[in-house]
Amino acid sequence: MTTTVLPARPVPVRAGRSPRERRSHRRRWLLTAGLTAVAILVVFPLYWMVVSALTPGGQSQSSEFYLWPDAPTTGNFTEVFATQPVWHWLGNSFLVATVGTALSVCVSLGAGYALAKYRFRGRGLLYALFLVTIMIPIQVTLVPAFLVVARLGLVDSPWAVILPTLFDVVGIFIARQFMLGVPDALIEAARLDGAGELRTFFRVVLPSCGPLVGVLVILGFMNRWNDFLWPLVVLQGNESLTVPVGLSTLTSNPAFSSPWGAVMAVATVAVVPLLVVFLVFQRTFVQGIASTGIK
Amino acid sequence: MSPHGETLTAPEAPTAATPAADVARAASRTGGPAGRRRGRWAPYLFVGPAGLLFLAFSLVPIVIAVALSFQDTATLGDGQWVGADNYRTMLSDPLLRTALLNTLVFTVGTVPTAMAIGLALAVALNRPLPGRGLLRALFFVPMVAAGVVVGVIMSWIFNPDYGVANNALRSVGLEGLPWLTSPRTAMVTLVLVVVWTRIGFCMVIYLGALQSIPSELREAAAIDGASRWQRFRRLTVPMLAPTTSILLILNVVFSLQAFDVIYVMTGGGPGFSTTVLIQYVFRSAFADARMGYAAALGLLLVLILLVFTLLRQRATKKAEELL
Repeated sequence: MTTTVLPARPVPVRAGRSPRERRSHRRRWLLTAGLTAVAILVVFPLYWMVVSALTPGGQSQSSEFYLWPDAPTTGNFTEVFATQPVWHWLGNSFLVATVGTALSVCVSLGAGYALAKYRFRGRGLLYALFLVTIMIPIQVTLVPAFLVVARLGLVDSPWAVILPTLFDVVGIFIARQFMLGVPDALIEAARLDGAGELRTFFRVVLPSCGPLVGVLVILGFMNRWNDFLWPLVVLQGNESLTVPVGLSTLTSNPAFSSPWGAVMAVATVAVVPLLVVFLVFQRTFVQGIASTGIK
Repeated sequence: MSPHGETLTAPEAPTAATPAADVARAASRTGGPAGRRRGRWAPYLFVGPAGLLFLAFSLVPIVIAVALSFQDTATLGDGQWVGADNYRTMLSDPLLRTALLNTLVFTVGTVPTAMAIGLALAVALNRPLPGRGLLRALFFVPMVAAGVVVGVIMSWIFNPDYGVANNALRSVGLEGLPWLTSPRTAMVTLVLVVVWTRIGFCMVIYLGALQSIPSELREAAAIDGASRWQRFRRLTVPMLAPTTSILLILNVVFSLQAFDVIYVMTGGGPGFSTTVLIQYVFRSAFADARMGYAAALGLLLVLILLVFTLLRQRATKKAEELL
């Protein structure tokens, strides 16, 4: 993409710009300016989160209007990290997100492969049952799912968060759609060469699924890192919470000299890892979110 | 910056039409006895883990939820069978009526607004503009933030005493607004916030669809003398109809299931002014300890979601017929 406004191909007849061209030129810049203004408005809340995390209590608890603190400080971070088990929260979130994503991607890839490339008894029914669960909000199954987890003796352990979210119907759906496009000839050639079913999957099918795995990993990690309601219900001790759940307990915590500064410090810590992932893998990220929409 | 919203595609068949592949296909269709036996367990092995997890953490809970909806259960476990009592209660529950009305207002407030803004941004950013890639990324950024994070940030921004929104209003001599603290404005504020989280998604999906419209079509219309607006109205909008229908249903489902932001920002209040159906389900189960009633309410929500999905399928079919 270029930032020049003149047409890239030579304009043979007119040497200077016609009024029409000049008008569309001006229009383009106006449009860009307008979009930039909207973009600033859209990004502002996240900017404000960071600014508030860096603002000392005296200034943030005032009705003065400012866009940058007079004396930026990391005091909010030090205070909240010293008084709350934020490192534990981060560790728990990281554990849940990485282990959960790794296992869930394996489950989705296997299920997607079976549903796309094998004909077996009960396939249609199974797939239909899977898809119906998209429609069922977690609030409906919250209490019964809690009962199941309690029966397994997992309450307050990271596995209580990981296990029930391993079955990811959107992930299975995306995996199946992608695997449908893997050529049968490739699989059959491997079988003809004497490769077993597992070997075919790991040596032939999986290597052609790079983009799929990228999307599944990023989506899975984001959803787990951001998940709230389920961890809220199954985690209890303050040290076993994940970052979003811990964050939600802070707004009503009277222990801080500057409660909002502390809350924004933890919010910043919660967003920054994902923001980095987003910036590095922007393309896969956008692709992943878009592909959940193209059902 | 690469075009956004393209769909994932599997690699092309490298040897699809070669004789070797035909031989391979024929061989596997007849299949040696060993190969066939080997192949039989394979799909179950691959789908097994998903099946077991589905059984334990989806199917069993759903069955329990249906059973609960016919019980009167205050604490977990020991319920009394009460037949369809919970469903009868729903008919005369004024709070349920409030919750349904709030759900309707919230959905009607968020869905078309987010889609319209998303479409406008997508159309604007589909043109060659300076800094287009950066702008697209910026509009998308709110998608990354967790619902809880959005909730706490927005609660702080709209704090009536120290929030930056009111501080800004006061600094230009206006009076601050109550935002989340008044039943009259809380819903509007929530709608604003949720629209903010949603426009990036709508934009990305629309951009993907816009890029699949052949540019010759637009050029031909321009040569025929169609104005910019006419081209948008008569060409772009109809071409986007299938995308619009999918986005519509997705956004409705998102709105019906929106929980985290509302939970953190208002908890359904002040009063019951922002108690939407899903909030009410949660409240009935955990604050009021009426598990059976909560389960019945949850199933009502599933029913509404199902109806919308069926409507969408019909809408998509109609849209396809029109094109």
